[in-house]
Amino acid sequence: MSDMDEQGIPAPEGASDIINTDYEIGQDNIDGQVGPFGFDIHNPVFLVSGLAVVAFVFYTLALPEQAGSAFTWLFGAVTKGFDWFFLGAANIFVLFCLFLIVSPLGSVRLGGAEATPDYTYIGWFAMLFAAGMGIGLMFYGVSEPMSHFSSSFGGIASEGGARTDWAPLGAAEGDEAAATRLGMAATIFHWGLHPWAIYAVVALALALFSYNKGLPLTIRSAFYPILGERVWGWWGHCIDILAVFATLFGLATSLGFGATQANAGLSELFGVPVNDTVEVLLITGITAIALVSVLRGLDGGVKILSEINMGLAFLLLLFVLIAGPTVAILTGFGDYLLAYVEYLPALSNPVGREDVNFMQGWTSFYWAWWISWSPFVGMFIARVSRGRSVREFLICVLLIPSLVCVLWMSVFGGVAIQQVVQDGYTAAQDAELPIQLFKMLDALPLTGITSLIGIVLVIVFFVTSSDSGSLVIDTITAGGKVDAPVPQRVFWCIFEGAVAIVLLLSAGGLASLQSMVISTGLPFTVVLLLMCFAIWRGLRAERS
Amino acid sequence: MYTRIMVPVDLAHKDKLGKSLDVAAKLAASFEAELVLVGVTSALPGSLAHTPDEYREKLDAFAAEQGAAHGITARALAKIGHDVVTDLDRSLLAAIDEAGADLVVMQSHVPNITDYVWPSHGGHLASHAKVSVMIVRN
Repeated sequence: MSDMDEQGIPAPEGASDIINTDYEIGQDNIDGQVGPFGFDIHNPVFLVSGLAVVAFVFYTLALPEQAGSAFTWLFGAVTKGFDWFFLGAANIFVLFCLFLIVSPLGSVRLGGAEATPDYTYIGWFAMLFAAGMGIGLMFYGVSEPMSHFSSSFGGIASEGGARTDWAPLGAAEGDEAAATRLGMAATIFHWGLHPWAIYAVVALALALFSYNKGLPLTIRSAFYPILGERVWGWWGHCIDILAVFATLFGLATSLGFGATQANAGLSELFGVPVNDTVEVLLITGITAIALVSVLRGLDGGVKILSEINMGLAFLLLLFVLIAGPTVAILTGFGDYLLAYVEYLPALSNPVGREDVNFMQGWTSFYWAWWISWSPFVGMFIARVSRGRSVREFLICVLLIPSLVCVLWMSVFGGVAIQQVVQDGYTAAQDAELPIQLFKMLDALPLTGITSLIGIVLVIVFFVTSSDSGSLVIDTITAGGKVDAPVPQRVFWCIFEGAVAIVLLLSAGGLASLQSMVISTGLPFTVVLLLMCFAIWRGLRAERS
Repeated sequence: MYTRIMVPVDLAHKDKLGKSLDVAAKLAASFEAELVLVGVTSALPGSLAHTPDEYREKLDAFAAEQGAAHGITARALAKIGHDVVTDLDRSLLAAIDEAGADLVVMQSHVPNITDYVWPSHGGHLASHAKVSVMIVRN
């Protein structure tokens, strides 16, 4: 062996505290050739997670009723039985991130003291958003504020001493202004600091342990301070397999639902029929565009698409702001932000709540949902955040996206609520969830153009999710290698589309598997809490 | 005739470099040209190196070893990419200018059916580079 083959661990660019391990990235990998295609995969993570996905799909197809009731029971048990745990943990994540921003540990730079950022602010920010919640903003921007407004306005209803209404906190019966403020505060609560803190914790842990400590870019690396060398064995395999599982099913089920929703939108706008064929075509089309993007790579694919989408979303936001009641929206923005701050302590309280339906059915569900997405989004954010200081990273991943969400919700939700309150226009309020946005746009000028932009945004956000998801799953199943052969990414991209199609065609398959994915939020909450500890230890070692 | 000859190398698959390095070294010796070994890596830890700096050191050492073995001047040029496998062609094209090379010698496989959808890196370079490209088959 020449000197070249030795696997020492020298310092990254500038000072940093590297971890001394004998583990060599790719040492458990199998590489070879299938026909003309090369592969380089982790043993056993690739095989076990792939087979587990296939097994679960078969179970759901073979015994739909049993699987449906099992997963629904699991989902209910998790979001209802552990509501206090989700709410409490999410509060810890927010406080932990805010603490890091102001503490001296915030000056640590990801990639070593002298590292420079890989991406400009615009490219970075566009990718954070596209991966984090782009698609959700399209679907829930109108419907969630509307829903909380309606339930708050409706007031409290109880039966046998238990609340049966879905209103947040103490509701605001018959008071339009108060119901609007409460509804907006509750929506912003679900899309603001808490979800972004969840993503930030995972992303920071992965970036720190890869760029500064020299460990592979997989979820297990963040556990090195806790598990030590055992992280390369079955403990680590299980963490990575769970991450692949949650990411793949999360993507496949939302792709399936997304196709249903896009079909509803197309039918509303262009009279396209609503049926399985159209939905399968939509999934195939989205997967095909994602494939092109996968082949073009991170810079030529995801980054460009994310930037295009950010530009389009900004234009749509600007249009609604100008075409809608501009002054009311702008004053609303400040007012809703204040309402959020005002209601935040009560909304985030994990124990002794009376608004049980809201807390379990909305907040606890959302937290489990964000947490089950966090391995995927966190890993993607980590991948593009090298060269930022911890403080800069957290301000840009936590505070700025939260503010953008406040603005988005204030504009889209605010306009829709104004339409009901001021103009008595209730089309958006009465419509099905996927077309509420389009009904709101209907009441503004240039509907044809804005609706088309809306549909393009939805489709491109799905493409970027599918694309970045394939990148993340490929990296985890290649043991943290980022230079595994491209056909592997192509495989995951197609696999994900195929799982979505199979589940779409089976009755109830999508819903029951999505319940199961959200249930994976529970083990991951424990994982995230341990990550906070690992980050704290890792950052302290960097400083000393 | 040529003053600087560039050879793309994959340190992870040195065994697959085949004849390209020998051919390039012989050309460099006869033209008294400088040999530039170009490697592309990611900023993320990989099987070869945990950091870009470590990769650079390894590539420098490999260039020095090759220079000594063939009695020629050889140096290394490491390119850092965001997404190495998909950006390879672009990184290599940029490296030609950066190195100031006037000839590229590179290894490529015998074409097969996948080349219709996935052109080889050598093929891409030959059709887009402004300098001469010599493709060495296995």
